[in-house]
Amino acid sequence: MNIKDLEEKAWQIRLELIKMFSFGKIHHLGGSLSSVDILTALYHYKMNYSAQNMNDPERDRFIMSKGHSVPTQYVVLAMLGIIPMDELKTIKRLGTRLQGHPDILKTPGLEAPTGSLAQGLSYANGIALAARLDHQNFNIFLVLGDGELQEGQVWEAAMTTSHYSLKNVCVIVDKNKYQSQGNVNTMMRIDPLEEKFEAFGWKAVTVDGHDIKQICDALDLVGDNNKPIAIIANTIKGKGISFIEDTYKYHNASITKEEYIRAEQEVVKKIESIRSEINA
Amino acid sequence: MKNHKSTRDSYGETLKELAKKDKNVVALDCDLGRSTRSFRITEADPERFIEMGIAEQDMISTSAGMASMGKIVFANSFAVFLTGRAFDQIRQQVSLPSANVKLCASSAGLTQGPDGATHQSVLDVSLMRTLPNMIVLSPADGNQAEQVVSAAYEYKGPVYLRLSRYETGDFLPENLSFKIGKAQVLKEGKDVMLASYGPILKNVLGASVILENWGISTGVVNFHTIKPIDVETVKSLGKSYSLIVSIEEHSIIGGLGTALSEVLAEMNSEKTIASLKRIGVQDRFGESGTADELLKKFKLDADGIAQTIKELV
Repeated sequence: MNIKDLEEKAWQIRLELIKMFSFGKIHHLGGSLSSVDILTALYHYKMNYSAQNMNDPERDRFIMSKGHSVPTQYVVLAMLGIIPMDELKTIKRLGTRLQGHPDILKTPGLEAPTGSLAQGLSYANGIALAARLDHQNFNIFLVLGDGELQEGQVWEAAMTTSHYSLKNVCVIVDKNKYQSQGNVNTMMRIDPLEEKFEAFGWKAVTVDGHDIKQICDALDLVGDNNKPIAIIANTIKGKGISFIEDTYKYHNASITKEEYIRAEQEVVKKIESIRSEINA
Repeated sequence: MKNHKSTRDSYGETLKELAKKDKNVVALDCDLGRSTRSFRITEADPERFIEMGIAEQDMISTSAGMASMGKIVFANSFAVFLTGRAFDQIRQQVSLPSANVKLCASSAGLTQGPDGATHQSVLDVSLMRTLPNMIVLSPADGNQAEQVVSAAYEYKGPVYLRLSRYETGDFLPENLSFKIGKAQVLKEGKDVMLASYGPILKNVLGASVILENWGISTGVVNFHTIKPIDVETVKSLGKSYSLIVSIEEHSIIGGLGTALSEVLAEMNSEKTIASLKRIGVQDRFGESGTADELLKKFKLDADGIAQTIKELV
């Protein structure tokens, strides 16, 4: 897939996300939308992962460490044919396989139980340590939230990754600047992030988290470096829906029917514009 | 038969043997490997001992990740840190997905000794018992620890192993068969049934002899499995003994005494005749002292247990 195709894919994921969220129901809108381009680059460019090889021990793995953004992963898995598309609307309903936060026993394609924050990187390290003992070679990618980095366990795990030279572990920080109740650096400052990861023995790079080419280039550093890679992806919370963007208010919220129609129109318009660029 | 000093010593030995025969056995520890005895796995294969530094939360989540890859993970620390510090990680990544992680909780109970209240784990059984999918085991002596550790290895799913540094030597009858969830009636009596687990069972057996001399006939039962509690045995004891006394090196809240009370309280229609008394740590913390001094102070030595029971009957 070339970059334009990936961009179109990303906006189609946004469209399916909006449909899944629907209106009048509370969902983690902001952080799901901000992570879309990152997951697009991972699943459709970088990772060795498909419906066909999803049980292969040597497949690449993706962990949504900030488990509240798992809706984006559900949509991606559905578009890969791992979850039926019409199952997406069952999210968070009683009896669904699509729980509010990742449940590896219920949903095919999930790799780690997360939700209570900070536990994804440690879990990824465990996968990498086991793979090393078994002489297996694959990559493990994680998306962490910027608010999540306030949790101490993240930094315990970051130490472990570099201490054991787990260079096949790659962290992408979805740095959308907002957590549940406000601006991240106002609530509890996490910057400077590159310096923090570097101090913990990682190589850190910063990209525009909505520029798929930049994300792909950064992902290509994985395995081609003597340190684990942390990609700081500058994103916009709620990216793609004008009235949801750049605020903490839609971290976990619902939209009205009118807003839903407007959101869908905005995304469809964007898809049409990318298509016309591709066809030009 | 080997002579084990403590359940932790037996654990280390058994872990090493399991690692020799199964390459999927791994051990993680948080800077306590020589104390917990997990370090002995290095005698089988140094690569399969993973030092996590002083970071229990990271260790538990890492253990869960390794278990997802088919490893049989023995995660080690002192009981107090393992269950307290890393409770959320155990809840979300071990208990909820039923991960094949064995939580090897060393230096449990008051007999941790001189380090005092901050290091003595008297709440751990309560914490672990409340977790869905969790099996809670506590061997009484080294021979039993061998059986318990092997059974935990065979069982596919999360297990909490309560281990101790208290040196009792082996004291249970030889060749006692062990099965997860099946309590062991070591001795029948007429008046009182003493229910216990872990190394202080030695003191309970001692108390039983003292009470015999005082004309009080007591039975002794070993609940090495605190969860799932052996409901059948509890009900049977509830029908035949007028007094059941739980004795544990743990808070009286949430441990064996509570587990027994839950079964007995729901027996109404089956006509239990038993009342229950809980002996243990009475809703307080421990303190510094040698293991034996502490057991004496908390009336968990043979004399103390006998005295308390004499006052009850």
